[in-house]
Formats: sequence, C-alpha cells, structure tokens
Amino acid sequence: MYVAVKGGETAIRNAHKLLADRRRGDRTVPAIGLDQIVEQLALAIDRVMAEGSLYDTELAALAVKQARGDMIEAIFLVRAYRTTLPRFGYTTPVETAQMAIERRISATFKDLPGGQLLGPTFDYTHRLLDPDLAGDAAVDDPERRIETHEQAPRVTDILGHHGMIETDGDLPEDAVPGDLTREPLAFPLERDLRLQALARGDEGFLLGLAYSTQRGYARSHPFVGEIRIGEVEVELEVAELDFPLTLGRIRLTECQMVNQFKGSSKQPPQFTRGYGLVFGQSERKAMSMSLCDRALRATELGEDITAAAQDEEFVISHSDNVQSTGFVEHLKLPHYVDFQAELDLVRRMRAEHASRDIQEAAE
Amino acid sequence: MSGENQEAGPSADRPRKAAMALLAQATAREMNEFWANWHDKPQVETLRGPETGLVMVRGRIGGGGAPFNLGEATVTRATVRLDSGAVGHAYALGREREKVRLAAVFDALWQDESQRGAVENVVLAPIAQRLDDDLQVKRAETAATKVDFFTMVRGDD
Repeated sequence: MYVAVKGGETAIRNAHKLLADRRRGDRTVPAIGLDQIVEQLALAIDRVMAEGSLYDTELAALAVKQARGDMIEAIFLVRAYRTTLPRFGYTTPVETAQMAIERRISATFKDLPGGQLLGPTFDYTHRLLDPDLAGDAAVDDPERRIETHEQAPRVTDILGHHGMIETDGDLPEDAVPGDLTREPLAFPLERDLRLQALARGDEGFLLGLAYSTQRGYARSHPFVGEIRIGEVEVELEVAELDFPLTLGRIRLTECQMVNQFKGSSKQPPQFTRGYGLVFGQSERKAMSMSLCDRALRATELGEDITAAAQDEEFVISHSDNVQSTGFVEHLKLPHYVDFQAELDLVRRMRAEHASRDIQEAAE
Repeated sequence: MSGENQEAGPSADRPRKAAMALLAQATAREMNEFWANWHDKPQVETLRGPETGLVMVRGRIGGGGAPFNLGEATVTRATVRLDSGAVGHAYALGREREKVRLAAVFDALWQDESQRGAVENVVLAPIAQRLDDDLQVKRAETAATKVDFFTMVRGDD
C-alpha cells in the first residue's frame, strides 16, 4: 500500500520567515548595501562570478547578501538566475595580451619587459590581523609612479620565440568551441570543454587537486611563467552591424604555468604548459586551474594516468560545486519511503539469519 | 584603448565602432546628464528593448590558441528610431537599461552628419577623457608597485 503524505507548508513558510529575520540580524546594525559588498568584499564577488559563471558584480553582491555569505549558495543563486535570460551570442575571444594590467608577475624571469608589477596583493603581508580595520580609519591614497608605459609581452611568447616551449593550444581550424551549458558532457573531452568546466569549477576542489600534483600524484614540476590580472575588452558580433561591437571591459586573472619537458624522436625537448583563466581577481583559482589543465593533458602528452588529477572523468564530473552540493544535500530531504523499504529488508534478512541459526542448532 | 587593435569591419565603420565603444562604457549617470542637457531632443521610438540577456565570453587556450567558452556576462541592448528616421543600436555589459537606451539614441544622433559634431564634443569626448584618466591613474598606481631589483655586492672582487 502506498500512502501519499502532505504537510509542512506552514513550517516551511515560517522557516523562510525566520531565515529572513536571521539574515537581517540585529536591526540596530545598519543593513549592508550591495555597493558596500561590491567595493569591500570584492574578492568574494569575484569568486561568485567565476563559479557562478556569470560576470555581473551587482548580481553577485545580491547573491552573497541573500545567501548570508554562504558562497556555494550564492553561486547556486547566480546559476539559477542565468537560466532566466536569453543568450545574445558568443563574444570574440578576449585578448589577454592586450590586458590593462593591474598585476603581473613571473617566477621564471626576474628581468622581463614590462617588469614585475605586484599590484594589490596579499603576498608579503605578515598575515597579522589588523585592529585598525575594525573601525573606519581613513586609508591613504595609493602611491603613483608616472613613467612611460612599457608593453608587457606574455612570458610564454618570449620563451616561444626560441622554440623552448610548446605553442598556445591549438585545435583543428574548423573546431567549434564546445559549450557545456548547451550540450551534456561526453567523455573524453577536448581541452576547450575541460577549460570551460575548470573555469567554473570549485576553487577548493581544484586547489586540492593542484596540491596533489605538487605532492607527487602526477608530478609535472611547475613554474609560474606568468600571472596577470587586469581588464580586457569584450566584443560581440551582432547581425545588425558589420563590425564587432565593444560591450565594455571585464577583469580577468590569467595564469601561464610552465611545466617539465616533452620531446620525441622528431621534436627536441621543450617545456609544456597548463593554462588558467578566471573571472575577476582570483590568483589561487587561476593557478589551480592551470595545474589541473596540465595534469589532464596526460593522454595527449603520452603520460601514464596514475593519479586522480589526471583522470578527466573524475575531475570534471566532481569539480562543479552546484552539482556536488545538489547531490550531497539532497540526502537531507525526506527519504521516508525509501528508508521504510530498507528497514523492511533488513528485518527480513535478520529473520532469515535467526531461523538459519535455529535450524543449524537443531541439526 | 578601444579600437586600437581592431582589424575587423570596413574602415569606414571604424569611427562608429569607436563611438559605440565609448557609449557602451559610459556610466548611467553620465548618460542621464548628457541627455538632460541635450538641446533640441528628438522624438524617440523604441524598436527593441531595452532588454537584458547574456553573452558567452570566450578566451583562448594558452592565451592565443583555439577559442574556448569561459563564462557568461550580462548584456543589455536597445534599438531606437528618431523622428529623423535614423536608427541607433547599443549593447553594453551590465543591466542598466536606461543608459543603454540613451546610448542607442546618441548612436542614432551620431549618424546624422549635422549632429555628429555635437555628439562628439558633448558626449563622446568627456567619456573618452574619463576613461583615459582612469587608465592613466591605474597605470601609475600599478607602476608604483613595480619591483626595482638591485644587486647586492658580496666579497671584495
């Protein structure tokens, strides 16, 4: 017999009302504004945009506020929102070589054209909590240095001139970039789809995998060829105009990881590469992405697959935190009928076990 | 700046492309102010939008290789027709509808030879100036964080 059970509407309504109250918190404390979140929690916004896979700072701020600071919940909200909007098209690929640079460092060359530009970094801070930030102490304007603007060529191009490093990843001329928001993933993937999945993948998951490659699970001996953060122009081709339109600028973080050699009987040894590109300022994520990208190229580069980070189906199937949280968290939803069936089954098994014991004792 | 490295499109369109790039990067406040101060406002009929949708932003593998889909961005677009018959388009990142509608109006005005000078001087020049100022400030602030290496001399020879 199957009995449908209904109920809980009032409890759910009241729970959501309670959530709204707790989200607002103490009413004597001023409500936080979206502009404050955008300006002062900028890197939280960047993470929500990267993993929500939607570049819109104000929407990301609203999501962070609505989610009470729960990042994965905020990312979930942004992903849900994007499904409500029509798609106008695909942009022309952004040119990171033309980036208006806000930070640019290389761990492979000390003196490189354009220089080492530290930008607004946490690096070299002492990680001591600053009591001054507890208040609203005035902050000095940053220093400025006026100098003739020097182009900052990509480090991989500098190495590439000498054939010391493999070229940027090419796919066949007529290849249409895969889009996992349109087509379900079918393994094995091309590198373009892997990069799309990694770009929206969970920072913590990719960080852990990236760390595992450093600890020897698919070692690739990486160097940071270059990290650059800054704004690039976004362009779109539209039917009504015969030139690509500039839509504005977005901030990106790019990581060029330079890894150990690969050669063959036909080709002298050269450095290989892993690539990371992420919305916003997110160096940890871009570095993790580039290490994972390199590890996932094992088959292409003729390496043995011995570690989790090299297993494409494992990495890509579990890197999306909205999917992961959906399946893990669904376990808390009512499974009363399922569980009744299991309970019934275990009772029967125990009864059989007991009767077998009695039978054996009798014999 | 915008349009610097653009090869695409017939050369005759490049000025309009540059004008539209500036309109797309205007702030909502700037647009409202330019429109409020615009003498002799035309009748504007909205043909499309303003409506918000998404574009899929593409990057390139390794920075310069094959394209891949990086993630989406919100975009708002509008198309208007003026009483002169000129049709203007605008697309801009974000969800600021009135800004984009006004950008389409200024795009239509810009196409009218008799209005172009005014659009250039009153609207485009201030936007270009602000964008350039912002860029110079950011460059100078970034340049101040440039590492100047120096060599420590060790030993006598």
